[in-house]
Amino acid sequence: MAAQIFSAIFVIIVGVGGCVAYFWGANKLVDIIFPSRGVAGAAAIDNLRRQGMIRPWLFVGPAMIILTIYLIYPVVETLRLSFLDRGGANFVGFANYEWAFGDREFRTSILNNIMWLAVVPAACTFLGLIIAVLTDKIWWGTIAKSLIFLPLAISFVGASVIWKFIYEYRGAGQTQIGLLNAIIQYFGGQPQVWISLPFWNNFFLMIILIWIQTGFAMVILSSALRGIPEETLEAAVIDGANPFQIFWKIMVPQIWGTIAVVWTTITILVLKVFDIVLTMTNGQWNSQVLANLMFDWMFRGGGDFGRGATIAIIIMIAVIPIMVWNIRQANKETGGH
Amino acid sequence: MAVATGKSFASRFGVHIAVFIFVAIWTVPTLGILVSSLRDKDQIIASGWWNSFASSTQTEAGRLPPASAQVEKDGKFVLEGNIFGDAPARDISAFGVKSSAPTQYPAGTTADLGDGETLQLNADGRFVMTSTKPFEGERGQRVYYASSAPPKFTTENYNTVLFSEGIGRSFMNSLTVTIPATVIPILIAAFAAYALAWMRFPGRALLIAVIIGLLVVPLQMSLIPLLKLYNGVGSFFGVPSKTYLGIWLAHTGFGLPFAIYLLRSYIAGLPREIMESARIDGASDFEIFVKIVLPLSFPVLASFAIFQFLWVWNDLLVAMVFLGTEGDQIVLTAKLNALLGSRGGDWEILTTSAFITIVVPLIVFFSLQRYFVRGLLAGSVKGG
Repeated sequence: MAAQIFSAIFVIIVGVGGCVAYFWGANKLVDIIFPSRGVAGAAAIDNLRRQGMIRPWLFVGPAMIILTIYLIYPVVETLRLSFLDRGGANFVGFANYEWAFGDREFRTSILNNIMWLAVVPAACTFLGLIIAVLTDKIWWGTIAKSLIFLPLAISFVGASVIWKFIYEYRGAGQTQIGLLNAIIQYFGGQPQVWISLPFWNNFFLMIILIWIQTGFAMVILSSALRGIPEETLEAAVIDGANPFQIFWKIMVPQIWGTIAVVWTTITILVLKVFDIVLTMTNGQWNSQVLANLMFDWMFRGGGDFGRGATIAIIIMIAVIPIMVWNIRQANKETGGH
Repeated sequence: MAVATGKSFASRFGVHIAVFIFVAIWTVPTLGILVSSLRDKDQIIASGWWNSFASSTQTEAGRLPPASAQVEKDGKFVLEGNIFGDAPARDISAFGVKSSAPTQYPAGTTADLGDGETLQLNADGRFVMTSTKPFEGERGQRVYYASSAPPKFTTENYNTVLFSEGIGRSFMNSLTVTIPATVIPILIAAFAAYALAWMRFPGRALLIAVIIGLLVVPLQMSLIPLLKLYNGVGSFFGVPSKTYLGIWLAHTGFGLPFAIYLLRSYIAGLPREIMESARIDGASDFEIFVKIVLPLSFPVLASFAIFQFLWVWNDLLVAMVFLGTEGDQIVLTAKLNALLGSRGGDWEILTTSAFITIVVPLIVFFSLQRYFVRGLLAGSVKGG
């Protein structure tokens, strides 16, 4: 274990040192090859111009190389693999896509993903907004927000264990050690095996993600709410608007842009949700989702890269509209910069 | 927002109640595993953790001594003793002799077992069994009793999972993965962000657009090609394909778009005058970056570091693909996932392991929440 710590420290030093050495060295090299100081007028200007052409690429170079290897090349390669067979040797056309839409498990995953997409972003945004508004009115609001924010730091696996313990099932009449069944039994209901209840189990998994992400929505929306001009709200109060009218007709429209951002951020997260399903049910009892199905096919029976890649592409297709919208927004904003 | 909506006492009280309920829902689940991880493992399954401060009641079975221990007293045959033997006494509330009715008689009463036999079992475990006929047989009477044990808290679960379940090892692995995977992207991203914010070169706008596009590319797109690439590199050079170096670079790659995006929007917002006066003084871009931009960007660098730390520490997918699901390299999240499979019902193991996996992020989170929130706001509201 000590050896491991030393090698980790060693790597940090080498990695960081290497980065520093690269940036410093490359920069120095440019100065030496195209000197701008101590050279006569026209040559100096010429060299300065050359420096200006090269230096930006030295700065963005390492990032570009890593991005190309780890993100850009894989996107292209995944697309290519989705048209190949399981080993990636033979071209099979659209066979993987045909397989996907004929496969019962895949269709279940699509339907479940649609449910997740319909419920989780809406629930997080709505709860986050409500909590942001309510906590703004009380003196211990900051503490309350901190505590609601806290699950955001917990891993999906950790959260799954936490909630699996809440959903824990013991036969009717026995002492329930799962909180949910204990409450149900206390009020005279029948304890249930929540995570294998057909259809509804999806919602019990969604609760975990909602529990994690509401804090995110709350923080962002809370800061947006603080940005609403005081006068607007005062004017509404003077005009006799009740709290609900203020909330729906004044606050919500003012922060519409932020709500959209929160919504899309959580939407992307939902599309990638994998850990929760893997650890809670591993897709059993009709709770499969695309990301977990993809992971499954990567390794199932030695791995079917064609089918795995196809499922990844389908997740990607769902993300593309958000991607385009993001780039447009950013272009609008940096247009004047 | 100082708007006094609903000035009445009732509605203000309602707000307090509502927030309290939300806070309870958001904290109680975590509290559950913390409390459970500190409980005795027999008590975890005997009662809900919310009852952990009350005595827990368990139904147990014991056996009275065999016939050889009997004494004759006043014409009756008597067996006497304590059902707990030398073990520490517990509080018995009821007892019985049939497994179908283990708590038929309250403690302290004398039960008529029929056939001239009686049995008295006291709360402290002392028993007197009498019979009009001599007892026979090698095996004594079976007795069931409900006993309550006082609440028992222990750190034994932590000892168990850290040193014999392999969580301690995985904890070190997680640190080994997380720290370099947090530090490496920062420098690379900072230089790129500066160039994209303050240097003019052809293709800059396109690069920014590409990075914003890459922000939302699902990780799933990268997994298969990279797995193939790693396996290829591994077998070409005859080295293992699942290495720490591999996962550090993978996390660097996946973290870079967000890092560049976050840092660029911050660095682009630094005052132009500072940069320009430095340039007039003859400072090169490199000097401006190291002496001015880096120190001024400390808050955003801290934000990103926290993000990346939490994301890498909590990651399961990348760890499972690039480090594997077993062996001595696996990180905490993968170990916890493995324990869920192998120790499914052993809640003392699961709750304790889960708490160990979440304690580091919670500490980081609480101590640096300010930076985290700032990064969150900058990362999602601007540009979006």
